Amino acid sequence: MSDILFGLVAIVVGVAASYGLYWLLNFFISLLPERIRLKSDWLSFLTPAAVLVIMVLVGPLFQTVVWSFMDDGAKKWVGFKNYVDLFTDIRFLQILLNNFLWVLVVPAVTVAFGTASAALSNQVGPKLESIFKSLIFMPMAISFVAASTIWSYFYSYVAPGRPEVGLLNAVVKAIGLQTQPWLMMDQGRLNSFLLMAVIVWLQVGYSMVVISSAIKAVPEETIEAAQLDGASPWQVFFNIILPQVWGTVMSVFVTVLILVMKIFDIVLAMTRGNFNTSVLAFEWYKQFFENSNIGPASAVVTILVILIMPLMWLQIQTARHQEALR
Amino acid sequence: MNKITHVLRDQKLGSVLGMLVLVVLWSTPTLGLLVTSLRPSSVAEISPWWEALFNPLSTVWTLDAYQNSLDSGMLASLINTIAVTVPATILPLMIAANAAYAFTFLNFKGKEFFFAMLVALMVIPLQSSLIPVLRGMVAFQKAFHIPLTGTYASAWVVHSAFAMPLAIYIFRNYMMTLPKELIEAARVDGASNYQIFWQLILPMSVPALASFAIFQFLWVWNDYLIAFVFVGEQKAVMTYRLLRLLGQYGQGWRDVAAGSFISLIIPLLVFFGLQRYFVRGLLAGSVKG
Repeated sequence: MSDILFGLVAIVVGVAASYGLYWLLNFFISLLPERIRLKSDWLSFLTPAAVLVIMVLVGPLFQTVVWSFMDDGAKKWVGFKNYVDLFTDIRFLQILLNNFLWVLVVPAVTVAFGTASAALSNQVGPKLESIFKSLIFMPMAISFVAASTIWSYFYSYVAPGRPEVGLLNAVVKAIGLQTQPWLMMDQGRLNSFLLMAVIVWLQVGYSMVVISSAIKAVPEETIEAAQLDGASPWQVFFNIILPQVWGTVMSVFVTVLILVMKIFDIVLAMTRGNFNTSVLAFEWYKQFFENSNIGPASAVVTILVILIMPLMWLQIQTARHQEALR
Repeated sequence: MNKITHVLRDQKLGSVLGMLVLVVLWSTPTLGLLVTSLRPSSVAEISPWWEALFNPLSTVWTLDAYQNSLDSGMLASLINTIAVTVPATILPLMIAANAAYAFTFLNFKGKEFFFAMLVALMVIPLQSSLIPVLRGMVAFQKAFHIPLTGTYASAWVVHSAFAMPLAIYIFRNYMMTLPKELIEAARVDGASNYQIFWQLILPMSVPALASFAIFQFLWVWNDYLIAFVFVGEQKAVMTYRLLRLLGQYGQGWRDVAAGSFISLIIPLLVFFGLQRYFVRGLLAGSVKG
């Protein structure tokens, strides 16, 4: 009970304090002479956000880059040693390969499923459309951890002779094949692909909803004209609709791509990075929280940031695209 | 005309079938865990869940697993999650709305540059700054004897900071669509920026605030990493407890299943209740990771 009370008090105090902060800032600014006040008004609006961003995002980011050149305890300079160690370690190269596979597979599959379901749902009538969409969209509300439990259960494996509880193995058995501990199978990176299925499952809803709204904005006349000319539904979709929504499809692709680069929770929850499924963001976690190696952990995350840098440019493009839409 | 309706009807049937297949594929894994969470422990581990689904009447359904889960700490975690999530949704909302006002209606040196920086920051992974922030907090604790790590407040601050780029971006985009004349008129009447913001702009920005609030709420509720690093075991949130539970398969699937669904109830209610605003937010570009 005291927990609930404490929580409530914390919530009220936290929120009131933040309002008080802006009131105080404005109060101090209003004490200044008018000429300066008009010029420095913006400070009272921007300072809290700027302090947060600099202290929690930008400053620490530079600190991480600096630490990536230091030893495990972040005490002595070691130059490029951490990077050399990483790139000469076969395990790390496997991790990079995994990240590459995630980036190669997940955005493309997600966007393909999203576009297909958007196009299909557009033709089933409004009532069914909203039910179907809600069900596919639902995973968006689920945490990565809960999604991992759902899918771990789906993939689960029991010792031979005991009743199957995992659906995948039950299906495999029903068609006469050997049941498998799927998440341990790294032949051809099978287990990594099974983890990718989870993120596809989570993200298709997003992709569908955004692309669907673009499809609805396609001018009706262009479609009707093509149909009168005798175009098949496939032709209408690929030659009329798809080119008009391509910009949106690409911006969804970039968003999912950025998400996938940083993929972490699912690997942690489902395999803990074992059986060759580790990725960069998980390797960071392992280096720091399991081995307390600050230098190497910082180097891993610096590599991740460098790989993500080109996507910043794409992100700014997407931002422009969004701005052009409104 | 007849021909078109004929084609359309065929298309509709095919589309319905296609969507049905997708929906079944998409729902089955969740359904499996849901069914398991509702069965008595004596059968949940030895008979597959689809048997219960095919004979719903001869199956015993029970909420025991939920009772168990709540009693063994999930209730405390639910409270912790709420205490982390609510302020971590409201605080960034206020801070970002203020900043967006400056970025939209006020002039200062380097405005466009700083805004571009913010957009670029949206892409940076959380992992890149967590270790320095954590060590900074620990150093602060040692120096001033004020506990930071292991408290809700540290999670609020970190979540607020990570929400800034996206929130400011969304709010500025929205505020740019508000009529400029209104603000000019208020200025002529002698209103200060402080008054204009709280009395005019903030109430007019409610749609954008609402869609971001839903988004941030789901994000914080579902977050594991920040809760793990900054709140940790003392006030374990639900994702934290769930992950520990998942790590010990000895517990059996039923308890994990019930725990998962307890953690899902509130986000699903928020999601289905406010889906319209959520979608609007998505279309305005609210995605982060």
